[in-house]
Amino acid sequence: MSYIHPYDRPNSYIGRNLSRTRAKRAVAGRGRYTDDITPPRCLHAAFVRSPYAHAKITRIDTAAAKAAPGVRLVMTGAELAEMCTGPWVGTLTVFDNMKAEPQYPMAVDRACWHGEPVVMIVADTRAQAEDAGELIEIDYEELPVVIDKEKALAPGTPAIHPNLGDNKAWEKEAVSGDVEKAFAEADHVLEETFYFGRHTAVSLESRVLLAEYDPGTERLTIHTSSQCPHMIETVFARTLGIPEHNVRLVAPDVGGSFGLKIHTFGDEVATTAASMKLGRPVKFVADRLESFGSDIHARENRVRAKIGVMNDGRLTAVDFDVLGGAGAYSQYPRTSVFEANQIMNITFGPYKHEHFRSKATVVYLNAVPTSQYRAVGHPIGISVGEFMMDWAAEVTGVDPFDIRRMNVMEDDGYPRNIGTGIPMKDLSHQACLEKLRTLMDYEALRREQAELRKQGIYRGIGIAGFIKGTAPGPEGYYGAGGARIASQDATTVKLEPNGGVHVCLGVTDQGQGVDTVMEQIAATALGVPVDHVRAISGDTDAVPYGGGTYASRATAIGGEATYQAALDLRREILDMASKLLQCAPDALDIVNGNVVDAGSEQERISLAEIGRIGHFQLGELPRGYQPVLSHTRRFRLEGLPYIFTNGIHGAYVEVDVDTGWIKHLKHWIVEDCGRIINPQLADEQVRGGCVQGLGGALYEHCVYDENGQLQSGTMADYITPMAGEMPDIEVAHVETPTSESELGAKGAGESGTGAAPGVVMNAVNDAIRPVTKGRVTEQPMTPEVVLKALGKV
Amino acid sequence: MSEETATLTLTVNGEDITRTVRVRQNLVDFLREELGFTGSHVGCEHGICGACSVRMDGTVVRGCLTLAVQCEGAEIVTIEGLTDTGEIADLQDRFVERNAMQCGFCTPGMLMTAAELLAQKEEMDRAEIREFMSGNYCRCTGYHAIIDAIESVNNARLKG
Repeated sequence: MSYIHPYDRPNSYIGRNLSRTRAKRAVAGRGRYTDDITPPRCLHAAFVRSPYAHAKITRIDTAAAKAAPGVRLVMTGAELAEMCTGPWVGTLTVFDNMKAEPQYPMAVDRACWHGEPVVMIVADTRAQAEDAGELIEIDYEELPVVIDKEKALAPGTPAIHPNLGDNKAWEKEAVSGDVEKAFAEADHVLEETFYFGRHTAVSLESRVLLAEYDPGTERLTIHTSSQCPHMIETVFARTLGIPEHNVRLVAPDVGGSFGLKIHTFGDEVATTAASMKLGRPVKFVADRLESFGSDIHARENRVRAKIGVMNDGRLTAVDFDVLGGAGAYSQYPRTSVFEANQIMNITFGPYKHEHFRSKATVVYLNAVPTSQYRAVGHPIGISVGEFMMDWAAEVTGVDPFDIRRMNVMEDDGYPRNIGTGIPMKDLSHQACLEKLRTLMDYEALRREQAELRKQGIYRGIGIAGFIKGTAPGPEGYYGAGGARIASQDATTVKLEPNGGVHVCLGVTDQGQGVDTVMEQIAATALGVPVDHVRAISGDTDAVPYGGGTYASRATAIGGEATYQAALDLRREILDMASKLLQCAPDALDIVNGNVVDAGSEQERISLAEIGRIGHFQLGELPRGYQPVLSHTRRFRLEGLPYIFTNGIHGAYVEVDVDTGWIKHLKHWIVEDCGRIINPQLADEQVRGGCVQGLGGALYEHCVYDENGQLQSGTMADYITPMAGEMPDIEVAHVETPTSESELGAKGAGESGTGAAPGVVMNAVNDAIRPVTKGRVTEQPMTPEVVLKALGKV
Repeated sequence: MSEETATLTLTVNGEDITRTVRVRQNLVDFLREELGFTGSHVGCEHGICGACSVRMDGTVVRGCLTLAVQCEGAEIVTIEGLTDTGEIADLQDRFVERNAMQCGFCTPGMLMTAAELLAQKEEMDRAEIREFMSGNYCRCTGYHAIIDAIESVNNARLKG
C-alpha cells in the first residue's frame, strides 16, 4: 500500500478554517475569565503603591487601616518578605556579566518606581480595601531619580542600586568581518540615530489572580490570567516555599496577554501569600491605573545605526549600537535585557552583509521594569534596518523593492547565520518579496502617488522585510540560562470509552485558537472527525508539564508534540484492532472515526467499539495484552535557538504636511509561518499583531516626567488604536515548512507586530520626501514628530 | 465609614429585580457582582474601552460610568439578554465564522455597540462602520475581522 501523508487525506483538517468553540462561548457572554470566579468567603486585595519614583520608606503606620470596616489583613513589604524563601534575582547565565538587584514582591525599605507595591490590604470587598488603603500613613524620604537612559551611565549619576556599582544591567558586543575597512571602501556610508518610546501591553482584561489555599490539605489552587501556567506555578511555589506538586494553577479564559502574562508580579505573589496566611480565597484584579504602573513595559531604546553601501545598491557593512532603558529591577525570571539582545539578533536579518558589528547596553531606570512584550525587539530592529535600506535606495537611486531584491538572502541559500551567529533555515525572502509586489500592485501605487502629489496630496509607500525568532529551544536562553521555564512542550492524546479523544496540552490558548488548531492536528493524525476531539489546556492538574504559549511557540512546538502523540495513539488503536480482527496492523487504517481496511476503506470496527473494549471488555483481547490508549509525546527544538520565520509588509499612508497627521490607508503582509493549520486563524494572528505594532508606531507611549512620575496612567493618556484609525490589512502567505519537525509549522503570532512600525515609518518618510530633507526617526510618530521632520516645529 | 445604600428596582434582561445597593457601586459591578451577569466586562473603569457596554432604556451606555442607583426603573439589557432574545443571532454566528474575536473579552461590548449600528438599518461603508465602532477597544483582532462581520450582517439585513 502506498503511504498517503495524513495532510493529503480527504478528511484532513490541516489547512481548513474551522471555527473556535471558545468563540461560540465568547459571543454569548459565557466566557469564563478569572474575575468571573468568586468562591465562597472570597476576600479582595488592594495595594498602596509608591507615589515616588525613588524613595526610602522610613515609617509605615497601618493601625487605622487594620481597624477599618471589612479589613482582614494588612501586610507590608517587609512582612511579606518574611514569608518568602528569598528575593528574586532577574539574571540568566547566558547573559554574561549581567547585574541585577535582588527584588522582593513588594518594596521593603525602599521604593524604586512610581507604582511599586508597598502595602497590601485585604478586605471583604475591593472598595473596603481601597478605603482602608487611604488610612495607611507612609513616610518617604525622596532619593535621586534616574529616568533618562542617556544619562544613566554618566559620571555623577548615582547608582539606583549602590551594590551594583553603577546603573548598567548588561552589555554585549558582536563582531564579524571588518566593518571599519568596509566603511572605508564603501561608496556611501549612512548614519542615523533612532528613538523608540516605552510601550505596554494594555490587555483588555487586566492582570487577575485568585488564590485559594487549603490549610487542611496544604494545597494551593490559583486561578490566574496567564499564558504560562506551569512557569507561574513553579515560581510561586518556590517563592512561597510550598512544594510545587501541591500547587494547581488554572488559567481559564484569558482576556488578552501578548507577553504581559508570561511574567510574575509582586502584587500577585502578595495576594497568594495572603490566602496562605488567612486560609481563605483572596482575589486581586489590577485596575487600569495600576496596570499602567505595574504591568511590564517594553521597547524603550535608542539605536545608532551605520551602513556601508556600494553605488549599485549593495549593502556591505552594518554597525549598530543599542541603548535600552530597563526599569528599576530586571524582571524575574525572564530578565529585562532580552529586547536589546533580540535587536542585536534580528536587525538587518533579511540581508547579506559580510561585515557586522553590534553592541547593546541596558541600563536601570526608576521606572516600571521592562521585559518581553509581543515581538520582543523586532519592531525596533526592523524599523532601524528597513529605514536604512530605504535610505540606501534613495542615495543610490535604486528602487526600494529592487534594493531589497539585490540584498536579501536567497531562498536556496540556507542554512545561513545571522550577524550574531545564530543559524537560520527554510526562509523565503525572495518569494515573499515578489508576492508582496504583486499583492499591493506596487507600480499602480507609485503612479497614483505621483498623480496625487501634483494635487498637493502627500502619500507614501513603505515596504519592510523581516526575520522573526519563534519557538525557542532549550539551547536558546531560558533552558541554557538556568531559568525553570520549559522550552519543550508535551501533549497527551487519550481515547475515551465512547471513541472521543481528549488532547491535553502543555501549551495554552489566549484566543489565538490553539485549542482548535491542536484538535485539527490530532483529528488529522488519528483519522477521526474533529468534533470527536476535545482539547484541554490551562490546568496544571490536567495537562503534562509544558512552557505554555510565548514567543510564537504553541503550534510549532506544542503542535508537533500533539501530532506525534496522536500518531502514537493511532498506531496503538490499529495494533489493538488487528488483534481483535486477526489481521496485520498495516492492513488497517483509520478513516472518519472507524478502523477500515486500508485499501477498500471498508468499515471494520469503530473507535467507539475500540474504546468500549479497551476500557471495559478487556477479556476480548489476548492474554497479556494491556492497552494504554493514552500517549504523551514531548517535542523540543534541537540544534537551533529559534525557528526563524520571515516575511515582508507593505504600507500606503497619507501625511497631512500642515498638521503632521498620518492616515494609514492600506497595509499588506506576506509572511511564511511554514505549514498553516487553520488559515483564517493564522491570518487573524497576523492582522491583530500588525495593529498592535501600528499602535506602538503611531500612538502608544508610557511617558515619564523628569521626576519619574508616570504621566500616562489612563487610556485617555495612553492612546491605543481604535477601529477608526486602522486600515484594512491584506494577508498572504508563502508556506515553507520548517525542516525541524514533521508537522512543519513555525510561529505566526508575532509576524504582524514586528515589521508594522518600520513599514509605516518608511511610508511616512516616503510621503514627506518631496517637501523636506528631514526624516522621521522617532516612535511613536505623533503629529509633533512628523512636524519636526517637516521642519515646522 | 458605614456605606450608604439605597433600594433599587429595575428590569434586567426582562426580569424584575429589587436590591439594596451601595450608592457608589457602578452599574457593571452591580450586574457582575450582585446579579451574576459576568458577560459584561470591566476593562478600564473610565469610559474609554467599551468592555462594559450595556443597553439602558434602548441606548448603549458605559456600565462603568453609570451608577447602579441611576438605573431606578430602567430596563437594562446585557449580552446574556441580547443572546436569549435572538436579536443578534445572525451577528453572533458571523462573528464566530469570521473569527471576529480572539480573547473574547471585548466581544460582549462590541456586539452591544454593533447591535445599535444594525438597528439603525442604514447602509454604511467600512469607514463609517469603523467610525461607529471606535468606542470599543479590541487588542487582539486589529478590527478588520470585526468590521467584516458587521458589514456582512448589515448588508444581509438590508437586503433581507
